[in-house]
This record gives sequence, structure tokens and C-alpha cells, in this order.
Amino acid sequence: MPKKRIITFAEAINEGLRFSLLKNENLICFGLGVGDPKEVFGTTKNLQKQFGDQRVFDIPTSENAMTGIAIGCAINRCPVVMTHQRLDFSLLAFDQIINNAAKIFYMFNGQFTVPITLRLIVGKGWGQGPTHAQSLQSLFAHIPGLKVVMPSNPNDAKNMLIQSIKDPNPVIYIEHRWLHDQKGHVEKGFNSKKIGKANLLMKGNDITIVSNSFMTTEALIAAKILRSNGIYADLIDLCSIKPLDEKAILKSVKKTRRLIVLDDGHDFLSIASEIISIVTIKQFNNLKISPKKITMPNFPVPTGYSLTKNFYPGHKDVIKYCQNIFDKNIRYDNFSKKNFHDIPHVRFKGPF
Amino acid sequence: MKKISKKDELDLYYSILRIRRIEEKIAKEYVNWKIRCPVHLSIGQEAIGAPLKKLFKSCKDEVVSGHRAHSHYLGKGGDLKKFICELYGKKNGSSGGKAGSMHLTDKKSGFILSSAIVGNSIPIGVGLAYSKRIKKEKGIVLIFFGDAAVETGVFFESLNFAILKKLPVIFICENNFYSVYSNMKYRQPQNRKISEMVKGIGIKTLKSNGNDPIKVFNTYCKAKDYVEELKKPIFLEFETFRHYEHCGFLKDDHLNYRKKSEINYWLKNDCLKKLQTKVNKKKLIFFEKKINKEIETAFSFAKKSKFPRNSESRKKLYA
Ligand SMILES: Cc1ncc(C[n+]2csc(CCOP(=O)(O)OP(=O)(O)O)c2C)c(N)n1
Ligand SMILES: [Mg+2]
Repeated sequence: MPKKRIITFAEAINEGLRFSLLKNENLICFGLGVGDPKEVFGTTKNLQKQFGDQRVFDIPTSENAMTGIAIGCAINRCPVVMTHQRLDFSLLAFDQIINNAAKIFYMFNGQFTVPITLRLIVGKGWGQGPTHAQSLQSLFAHIPGLKVVMPSNPNDAKNMLIQSIKDPNPVIYIEHRWLHDQKGHVEKGFNSKKIGKANLLMKGNDITIVSNSFMTTEALIAAKILRSNGIYADLIDLCSIKPLDEKAILKSVKKTRRLIVLDDGHDFLSIASEIISIVTIKQFNNLKISPKKITMPNFPVPTGYSLTKNFYPGHKDVIKYCQNIFDKNIRYDNFSKKNFHDIPHVRFKGPF
Repeated sequence: MKKISKKDELDLYYSILRIRRIEEKIAKEYVNWKIRCPVHLSIGQEAIGAPLKKLFKSCKDEVVSGHRAHSHYLGKGGDLKKFICELYGKKNGSSGGKAGSMHLTDKKSGFILSSAIVGNSIPIGVGLAYSKRIKKEKGIVLIFFGDAAVETGVFFESLNFAILKKLPVIFICENNFYSVYSNMKYRQPQNRKISEMVKGIGIKTLKSNGNDPIKVFNTYCKAKDYVEELKKPIFLEFETFRHYEHCGFLKDDHLNYRKKSEINYWLKNDCLKKLQTKVNKKKLIFFEKKINKEIETAFSFAKKSKFPRNSESRKKLYA
């Protein structure tokens, strides 16, 4: 077996961008902060140096126009990766994303393709608050014509980014800020991972757990605790929200007959709601108990420390549910080593 | 036009010093990791917020601002205790801890709101001005934003409407030449001055050194007269400089995104230094003491204040 190459999620994105820029000399990469000293949390590190400021550059604070400009470049076969340091800033460009990017291929009957990738970074913790911490994958996934991907580990981050850039359609690539520092094995070279195929991260016959992005970190913790308590879960990491790997989910639920879906969007009309609706419609008779959604509440993320406590659901909610349905007492309290709920790890210091 | 008096000069100095010391205290306290929200300090740019209360006293004169709003909030007379409590996420905060530093409000003082999304509060200010017409209310709306907001579409759309409807608005661009680490030259054509470009869309503009408190004061006076007499909006550009990092409690000049000569120039021309000669030693010591006491009281009040109960987070979603 080849030696493992351990790098961070942010470094993996950087590699994905670098390989893509090398592979396609028409590819353009821009966004606020792309060429600045912090280089978008290290994800665009050295790219401007290597590829020049015509192809890799910082932009005016003009999210709406720059998205349209990306679309214009893209229909002339210059694919674009545009970065937003917070998903919330992409909301300025909803017209361009929804009325142009998502429509042009369909409306002109396939005469133009729109190969743009929008990297949206979801903030969490340290008082990011109502306008800097929104996880709006449902909004994007609702729009026909957009693809939505949410990788959960460094290797997928790289390979799915490469695939998103190669894809002739607009792809919303959502990366969670709390994943940037996570480390993992990343394959060398220019690889890609098909969009629409989920990972089966753990295998078990007792329950199906479906998750995505940072929620997969939580789901993994939960599934491991469950395993040590004799409950074996199939853990499906979606990778892609749209297209959705329905087959993997249905196959697993057919076996386990129980379902939990984790999603860090607001509960109402969440990805979890959609998955549960699909499973219920297609496998109503297979389900032993009603499925469970683990999602964010239906109100904005507040800023203050005491207010955000318990706002974000996580592994504990999975365990609590399983305690109930399997009628078992499971310890989970001491699992988390952090003292503060609003930081990803102890080394983290605000404000980003 | 109102002419600046000796008393005004002293008050102005006091107001600048007070904002400076409050911001410095926030920076100092930040390392205790109890202020758990992003802060965009106004240090270096205080001269622009400082005269607000004096010149736009009425709560009918209303202010909206962006992410770097501390000096506008404090300058307009926003409540200090509520502000510090909001930074600490406490129940007594101006929004009960829900909003934090990037979303301030104190309606009583006329500081309506600030927003963390660049450009996003500009049309809100224009809307406030339009509503004044409908309600036959007095007052001027002051809209604060940075040089980067000039790059948003909503900036032009809002100005266009305000000009079209002749609304009582003072647009104030606080040009510190940077958006995070990006110099203007990466974002706007190099030889184009913001105020000149804006003039082209049909609004009177004034440009001034934002680090010279007296010039800033006089520019506001002119603007106020203009809006009140001619019943038209006006646009002000103040050139200035921030001393600390874009977001946070540290200085970040080691990153070299700003030239040494540039930094030194602006530090030499600091707004506080500019006025210092007008204040005698005794007064200075008195000012420092008074301010220090106010700050200590506010911070210890905030630290002692209770956190809001977690259940508050789900309240007040709908009216
Ligand atoms: C629409 C939007 N895009 C990007 C950001 C991230 N951001 C926060 S402050 C800022 C810089 C704004 O610069 P400027 O308007 O000049 O104000 P300054 O920070 O210099 O006071 C940016 C880009 C944001 N908050 N909103
Ligand atoms: Mg600026």
C-alpha cells in the first residue's frame, strides 16, 4: 500500500485548484481575498504567484456583477471558480445564479454550457451570527439546473473540486469553515470524484445515518460510540446533495429499516426533510419506526455565546435518539474534549 | 454656517479621545476571549464619528452604518453600557446579545442600525429618508460605508433613488484605501477619485481629510446646510486610515500589505494628535480620568451582567 499523505482540507482544496489551473489554461479563479496575505484560509495559497494575476485575482466587492462576469466567461469556455469567504455574500448574486447560471443551458436548449464553480464557505461559531453563518444548501438545491456538493474530508474536497470545475454545469461547492483544519489522506495527482455518488463510511445492519459536510464529523463520532455499544450503523456521507445518491440511501434503509438524517440547514425544507420524504414515499413499508431529522432550528443563528449553546445539533442528538429507539443507556458526555461550544478545536482563536 | 468654537474643539477632542480609549479597551480585553464575536475597530478613523452628536443631535437625525460602526455608534451618543454588553453577548446588550459588534443599534440616540454585509445598509438609510417625507418628519439620514461599498451595485441604485427623489441624506464614504488586505488599486481604477466619480451621477460631493477633526467638522456643517436649504442629498468622502487589523484586536503591519511610508504618514497625521495642541495638559488629564472611569464602569457592568437565557434565542422571530 502506498504511504499515506496527510494534509489539511484547506491544503487539499489548494491542490485541487492548482491541478485544475494547470490542466485547463482557460480556467480563471477569483474572489475576495484570493490574492491577499491570508489567501482565503490558505486555500488559494501561491496560486496567483504561479498562474499570474490575469487568471487568479482579487476582485472589487461586487459579488453580483462578478458572478455574471463569471457566467459570461464560462459560456465562452473559460470556466471560473469564484470564492466567497462566507456563503452569505453569495446571496447578493442570487439573480445571476438563479436566473442566468441555472437557466442558460436549459433555456437556450443546450447551446451554451455554464461551467462555473462557486465555492461558498459556511461560517460557524465565535459570534459569526445571523449574517455570517448561514448554511443554505437547501436554497441552492431547490433550483433546477444547479448542482450542489458538500465534501466532508480532505480527499473528497480535492477530488470533488476538480470534478466540479470539469463539470459543464454550475456547481455550488459548499465548504464548512470548521473542516478547513481537518487532516486526512489525500491522493496525489489529478483525480476526480464523480458528483452524485455517496460514501459508505461505516457498515452496519441496525440503523442508517445520512450526513454531509461538517455533520459527517459529528455522525462519525456518534457512529463510533454506537458501535462500542453494540449498535451498528451504516454511515452514508452524501458528498453531493444534488444530484442525490438515492440508490445508496434506499439500499441501506432497506437493510436497516431505521433512518437518521443530519443536516446543518434549518429544519423546515431541509435536505433532511427531502431525504426522509423520498425514503418514506419509496420504502414506506420497510420502515420500522418513523425517521429522524437532526437539523438546525427554524430561527437565525444568534451571535452571543450563551444563545448559540445547543443551537447546533451534533453527535449527542444521534445518541439520544438511539438510546430511545434501542432502549439502551449510552454514555457520551466525556467524548468531546473542547471546553467551548463555539470553536472547532482548542487552538482556534477568534475572530475567524 | 456654524463656525467651530473653542468649546466645540474641546468637545470634539473629548469625543475622539473617548472613542479611541473605548476601542483600545476592547482590544485589550479581547485577549481574555470573553468577547466572542468579530470586531472591526475604528481606531484611526474616529474623527468621522466623533462630531455626530454635536452636529446631528436630534434622534430624528438618523445614522446607519456598516461593519466598522463603533465610532458612529459612540459618536452619535449610542449607549456605552449596552454596546459593551452586546460585545460580551450579555442580556443587557443593545440587542440582548443576538447581534454583536457587527449589528449595532440604539434607536433612542438615532443610531438606527449597522450591518455586516458590505453595502447592505445604504438603501436602508435611503428608505428611512423616504419614510420621513411620507410621515412629514424632520431630520437628516447619515449613511456610513467604506471605500469597498462603492463597488457594490446597491450603492449606485440607492444614490440614484436618493437623487431622483431629492431625499435628505448625507452619504459618507470613509475611504481608508483598503478592503481587508486589498488596496484600492486592485479594486478601482487608479486615478479615479471616488468623490469625482460620484459627482458624475448628479449629486454634490465634498472631499476632505478625514483625519483632520476640524475639517471634518466643517464639512459636516456645510453638508447639513446644503441638505436643509436645498433639500437635496449630498455625498462626502473622508480619507483616513485604520491603525489595527481589518477585523480583530491586533496590529497586522508585519503582513506588509500596506507600505511603511503610508503607515507612517497616517500615524503622523493621526486625528487625535491633530487636535492635541488645542487642549492644555490639565484638561487632558481631566479628560483621560473621566473617560477611564466611564469605561471601567461600563466594562465591569458588562462583565457582571448575566448572559441571556438560551431560550431567548428562539424568541422574537416574528412580530
Ligand atoms: C457583500 C460582502 N462581501 C464581502 C464581505 C466581507 N467583508 C467584510 S468587511 C470587508 C471590507 C470592506 O471594506 P471597506 O468597505 O473599505 O470598509 P473598511 O473595512 O475598510 O472600513 C469585506 C470585503 C462582506 N461583509 N459583505
Ligand atoms: Mg476601506
